This record gives sequence, structure tokens and C-alpha cells, in this order.
Amino acid sequence: MSAGAAKTGPASSSATGGFTSKSAPWLFLAPFLVCFALFTVYPLVQSVVLSMQTTFGPGATKFVGLSNYRGLMHDPLFWIALKNTAVYTLGSLFIQLPIALGLALVLETPGLKGRSWIRLLLFSPSMVGVVFASMMFALIFEKQTGLANQGLRAMLAPLGIEWNLDFGWLQQHVMSALIVASLWMFVGFNMTFFSAALQNVRKDLLEAAVVDGAGPIRRFFTVTVPAIRPVAGFVVLMSVIGSFQLFELPFIMFNNTSGPDNRAMTIVLYLFQNGFETGDLGYASAIGWALAIILLACAGIQRLTARGEEAGAA
Amino acid sequence: MSIRVARFLGWLWTRSVLLIACIVTVIPFLWLIASSFKSNEEFFRSTFLPMDGRRIAWERLTTEPFRRLFNELDFTNSLVNSIFLSSVTGVVATLCCAMGGYALAKFRFKGRGLCTALVLAAVLIPAPLIIAPTYQLLFRLDLLDSFAGLILPALAPAFGVFLFRQAIVSGVPNDLLEAARIDGAGEWRTFVTVVLPLVRPMIGTFLMITFLGMWNNFIAPQVVLQDPAKFPLSVAVAELRRGYYNDYGLQMAGTIISILPVMILFLVMQKDFVSGLTSGAVKA
Repeated sequence: MSAGAAKTGPASSSATGGFTSKSAPWLFLAPFLVCFALFTVYPLVQSVVLSMQTTFGPGATKFVGLSNYRGLMHDPLFWIALKNTAVYTLGSLFIQLPIALGLALVLETPGLKGRSWIRLLLFSPSMVGVVFASMMFALIFEKQTGLANQGLRAMLAPLGIEWNLDFGWLQQHVMSALIVASLWMFVGFNMTFFSAALQNVRKDLLEAAVVDGAGPIRRFFTVTVPAIRPVAGFVVLMSVIGSFQLFELPFIMFNNTSGPDNRAMTIVLYLFQNGFETGDLGYASAIGWALAIILLACAGIQRLTARGEEAGAA
Repeated sequence: MSIRVARFLGWLWTRSVLLIACIVTVIPFLWLIASSFKSNEEFFRSTFLPMDGRRIAWERLTTEPFRRLFNELDFTNSLVNSIFLSSVTGVVATLCCAMGGYALAKFRFKGRGLCTALVLAAVLIPAPLIIAPTYQLLFRLDLLDSFAGLILPALAPAFGVFLFRQAIVSGVPNDLLEAARIDGAGEWRTFVTVVLPLVRPMIGTFLMITFLGMWNNFIAPQVVLQDPAKFPLSVAVAELRRGYYNDYGLQMAGTIISILPVMILFLVMQKDFVSGLTSGAVKA
């Protein structure tokens, strides 16, 4: 607040400058720029330096050149982390997003009562922090007492199937457990974006398609899909970026470990273990750069495909 | 098949899909609430509420997990820490970003293009990339194990400046700013009395985003803080799982205490929040 108060003096005296005032914009930007330079730009530059060092805690560093990156390429644990993270990401793309889109379509059927309340309810899990949801799911997936096994047992009993209460979600079915938990957390969140995008679908085009005799599936692909494509691209990119940074869910569910046989090891979990358990901030930074490069490549691909579609449409 | 039957089936289909989705969403919440009032033996005896034949055995529920959290485990302290950290971060970060966004939206000055490009590029930086160097920086500044070490790095989220720039470009007409200046209002007054009220929905949304961001942040306090007296709820709850592994009721009670304030806030602010959150994506 003190930064804001200090600003009034010089800025108002130069108020005659109007939109081209020299000092005012910089004074407005100052608080942001100072924090941004110190805690975003500097760490970003420093992460390059660190990634070429080995550290023993934050104080002691040793220059090692590119050997962290070379080590990473031959580090089996890193590849396991990359594989797990990729599987989880594909899971959230191909399971989560279709469900989210389907729910959004159902939610936007004309004449539905209580739509905004349903949307609010389905959105609410994404307000729960991942740490807290992870606490919940850690117990939901317990053997015997957990909701997952007890619920499945109760639901399958009428079909004559006896679900084993000792089904080991956290022991053998690690990836399923992670994907199911993230489904609960984020389906409603993604649905909200699709649902907002569906407002852009032109009603007159849909009606014209009906007149032309197009069935619901045809209407979906020729009218709805092109209208929601830009938002869909954004949602896909957001999901990829979010999924690749998976950390809290496995970290909490598996008690600060990477799970049985490292099956819950993710890239950020490995980064955390190296940086803050082993104390090698250098290697952790190299892992950070590997992650950043993967995500930048994904963002680049998304931009290119979006641009390609625009060019194709024009 | 007549049109009426087809229409009814469609009606039935959409309603049942939504009903199932709502049930699946709600059940973990209900389970969480029921669990937090249970003793450990009760966990093995019932899924939701303890049953005695067909009757709900209310007397087998207990408030002991909550009492232990607040009496033995100092959860009040963690609650206060979370509220303090999240409120300060929310308010200051929102102000920083609104001011920065205003400068980039409404002023012509040398360096504007560079600043805008910088902000846009920074949106792409994945947070985990700068965890290690930020930790090292905090160590050098002697800010480890302090609230300042948690708050300062959270004050300048680049996407905030971006969001406010968009909101101000589209929501604040230049005529109004000129009128305020002709009336003799200084730059700061113009900002506070003209600009901020016009972007009120974005302020609500962004306050909520930054507040939640800090409340739900786990990795930063986990890395930065050492002293348990300074732990916010996120770390305190995770510690329960470490120290009281077999005490399910206690873990779930701690989780409820952590979720409840956020849920209440969300219900109060939901209208602005959800529309503000999606507006950026849909307009773009």
C-alpha cells in the first residue's frame, strides 16, 4: 500500500501529460515490475545458471557444465517420471475432456431447469485445493474402509458380482487411482469452459441444419465443433500444462514417496526429491528445464495447429 | 417411434446424465463430512453414517477429531496463518496487477511494447521451473522460514497483469479518463475512482484466484517453511497424514476445516468468479 500512497505526489503533478505522461505509467507499473524482476525474471535466468551446477543445499555450488542434462538423458528414474506423467496426461486428455464436453452439451440442452446450480455444483470440486482433495482420495482409495471399494461393492452386489474390498488402488492400480481422482477434481472445471464456448454456437445455423435434414451427429460436427474449436484448443493446452505439473496428488497419496516401484513418480515429484530431499538444486533446475521445453513444445504445436486451421478456413 | 416418445427419451437421458454427475460430485463431500465425525473403529463398521439396523446411530458419531485438532494440535494457528497469508497476497497482488494492467492498457510510453511482450512471455513459464532458483534466492535474502518469503514471490503473477490489461482495454472508455483529468483528478485518483469501479468483476475474480492460489498452495510453504508454528493449513493437513497415519477421523476433520472457508467464499463470489474465469478464454 505504501507504494500506492507514494505515487500520488509526482503522478498528479504531471497529470497534464495525460495519456502520454512519462512518469505515471512507470509508477503504476513499479510495484509489479519490482516483484516481477526479482521473483520471476531473476529466478528464470538463475535457473539456467543453476542447471549447470551441482549444489549441496542452497549455499554450496559447483560448476559442472552440461553434465546435469547429460545425466538426465541417462537417468532411468527421469524416464519413468516422464512416462508416468505422459500416461497421466493422455488419460486426462482422452478420458476427462470428452466427458467434460459431453456434460457441457447435456447441460446446454434448451429448457433445462436449474442449469446454473448444476454448473456450480459440478464446478465446486475444482475450488478444493489439490492438497486437500488428495487427502480425501488417499482415504477413499484405502483397502477395506475406503469409499471406492465399498461403493463398488454396493453397486456391483445387485449384479451378482462381489467386489473385493482389498482391491489395491494405492498398491497395484496407481495410475487409475490418480486419473479417477483428477477426474473428480477437474471435470467440472473443464466443463465450465466448454459450456461457455457453447454459447458461441449460432442457433440459426443449428436450425438451418435441422431444416437441411442433418442429424444430431452431423450437426455436432459441422456446426458445434467449428464454433467451439478455439476454446477447445485452449482447454486442451491448459489440461496438458496442468497434467504435466502433477505433484501434490501422488506426493500426498503416497506419503511423500513416489509410490510402489516408482509408479507414482512424476516429473515435478522427481524435481522436488532432487532439489529438496537430496539438496541438489542444480539437477532440479535441469529437470525444470526439461519440463519447460516439453510444455513450450506443446504450446507451439497448439499455436501452429490453430493457425493452420485459420489459414485453412480463410 | 413417435416424436413424443423420442422427446421423452431425450429428456430422460439428459436428466439422468446430470443426476449421476451431481451424485458422483457430491458423494465424496458427504463421505468426507461423515468420516470426520467417526472414531477409527466406526470407519470399519460403516461407509457413511453408522447404522443400527435401519436406524442411524447418531450417538456413535463423535466430535473428538475436531476437539483434538484445536486443543492438541494448534489448528487454530494454522487457520489464522492461512487466512493471513491468503488475504495479504490476494489484496496486494490484485492491486499490483490492476495498476500494471492499467499502465499497459491506457498509456503510451517507451517500453510499453517490451513490457507487454515480457508479461505475455512470462505467462508461459511453468511454476516448477523457478522453484529451485527462488529457494536459493530466498536463502540469500535470508527470507527462508518467513511469511515474507511466501508472499513476495506471489505478488506479481504475469497473467494477472494480462487479465487486467484486457479488462481495462475493453471496459474503461477513454472519454471517462479524459473527463476525470479535465475535472482535475490526479493520476492516482483517476485510477481509484474511475478505473477500479469499472473493472469490479475482474477485481473479484482475481482476488479469488490469488486468495485461492495461496490457500491451496502446498509446494511453496512445504519448501520455504521450517517452523510448524508458521505452517498454513495445506502443510498442517499433510503433516497429519505423516504423524497420525492411522487416525482417519483426524485427517478428514483437518481437511474439512481447510475446505470449508474456501467453499463459503466461493458460494458468496461464484457469479463474478465463474464468468470472469471463462471470459478470457471465450473472448480470445
